[in-house]
Amino acid sequence: MTLPPELEQKFSEIIGKYPPQHKRSALVPLLLYSQDALGKITPELVTEVARRVGVFPVQVEEVLTYYSMLHFPKPMGKYHVQICTNVSCQLTGGPELWERACKKLGLGHKEVSADGLISLEEVECIGACSWAPAIQINYDFHHFVTPEKLDELLDNLRQLQ
Amino acid sequence: MLFNEPSPLETKVLSRRFGLPNSQSVETFVANEGFAAFRKAVAMTPEAIIDEVKKSNLRGRGGAGFPTGMKWSFVPRNNPKPKYIVVNADESEPGTCKDRLLIQNDPLQLVEGMMIAALVVGAKCGYIYIRGEYRYLIDIMDRAIADAYAKGWLGKNIQGTGFDFDVFTHTGAGAYECGEESALLESLEGKRGVPRIRPPFPAVAGLYRCPTVLNNVETFASVPSILLMGGEAWANLGTPRNGGTRLFCISGHVNKPGVYELPMGFNLMRMIEEVAGGMKGGRKLKAVIPGGSSCPILKAEECDIAMDFDALKAVNSMAGSGGVVVMDETTDMVKVALRIMRFYQHESCGWCIPCREGTLWLKKILTRVEGGMGQRNDAALLHELANNMLGRTFCPLGDAAAMPTISIVEKFRDEFEEYIRRSPMANVAAEESELAVGA
Repeated sequence: MTLPPELEQKFSEIIGKYPPQHKRSALVPLLLYSQDALGKITPELVTEVARRVGVFPVQVEEVLTYYSMLHFPKPMGKYHVQICTNVSCQLTGGPELWERACKKLGLGHKEVSADGLISLEEVECIGACSWAPAIQINYDFHHFVTPEKLDELLDNLRQLQ
Repeated sequence: MLFNEPSPLETKVLSRRFGLPNSQSVETFVANEGFAAFRKAVAMTPEAIIDEVKKSNLRGRGGAGFPTGMKWSFVPRNNPKPKYIVVNADESEPGTCKDRLLIQNDPLQLVEGMMIAALVVGAKCGYIYIRGEYRYLIDIMDRAIADAYAKGWLGKNIQGTGFDFDVFTHTGAGAYECGEESALLESLEGKRGVPRIRPPFPAVAGLYRCPTVLNNVETFASVPSILLMGGEAWANLGTPRNGGTRLFCISGHVNKPGVYELPMGFNLMRMIEEVAGGMKGGRKLKAVIPGGSSCPILKAEECDIAMDFDALKAVNSMAGSGGVVVMDETTDMVKVALRIMRFYQHESCGWCIPCREGTLWLKKILTRVEGGMGQRNDAALLHELANNMLGRTFCPLGDAAAMPTISIVEKFRDEFEEYIRRSPMANVAAEESELAVGA
């Protein structure tokens, strides 16, 4: 499998962090950065990552199904909206944001819009408890999110298209 | 960058460089005591460094509160294998958001702490395991590391001292369990994040089965200040056996939620009233989770307490990772218990049965109680099930799920009974309903 040049460079950078006899350490970072760059994890990518770190493809699959940020075989949308409802967010309006987002987007947990643009996930604690309720859109944090702010963020995603 | 206003009651030691212009750069760091502790450490013997850390009464900030100096002394320095320094930046205990600020505002303080640990055990290489959701912190850390290499503070023969040290970031990909130290090592080796049987502990057989110093971000970040101030002076900031300051993450129903650096042993009521601006809307305090969601809950009348490891242990709770979740009188404790259990059930790695099945059943029972279908003995059943998990799981996740459940059911049992009283199944007990199906 041929990778885009920037991803290829990222691969060598990541693999170079670990002792050569332990390059399997690069497995999860390679998958996560690939998912970011390519939008999804495909069986071809699994085989490629397996080849790069010297394991069987099934060993890559075994590992990737463990991690909640790695989406396989079903990819998430281009904009992945993650709403925390864990305890600090629960106390400050997280569950209400979750219901509002479901209704507004017409999506449920880990569902993707038909055009593949937006996906929604109810996530566990994202480490923003003192600034709750918090959400993440892809890797961007949004703190002290009000219902109005949520609407605005979601409307912007449609316009970004 | 800070997300909340600092409080005048704070004792700024670890956070003293927070908010300085360009605080992530080598330039700002060095101009403000950065690497001074490393310079000092280079001239000290490993025993002398460990001795200072022991005198400081620094205890692990990740949650367990194990004395750091002692942990470091377990690493066999004459072992011919390479030694590793590993930072646990997989911050994911609900209620905890302090490591984020430590990396965001002062990444090199963490690196300096790693360097000092490396001097002690003779390590040449360190990894910072950062949770995947904190991608922007990985970028900040990578830039700070590159800056340190460029200015001769990392790499070969650092500042002409003859000491070599490399640091790398490593991204997680979403798994609470990887915050448990042996699961973190498995994950760092490219495997599923399931815990290892111990002993051997990571100090002896850690990363790649080599001797490893593994601590939380805040623990490493505390070390430079300890060497600069002297262990004893640092210890005196806190309470006996609980040295120094820590970053408390206050969240929930307070007027000024935020992360504040306070001395160990700071009174919880003062923390709520004076540091965090009191209860929101003037409502009454009902309960506090004192150190992240795995810690047994405190009722309002138990909250006049010193926030350190020993005082909280004395009331059967824990200081944990510093996540203080404040709940007012409107809080529904059944809903809180359910949300916490949904979390632990989701995060259970499935490796051992008491945790995998225990969290699932606790979630099922809590779901039916909260959903208005509770049965007569459900409160007792929750209590018994959780008690049966305690101490019977492979790693602390099982206890982390059981402890808050037991405490919430014990301290707020009437709320569970009220839910059950209103349930159409109130006169049915679990075993009887099985029989009823059979009949």
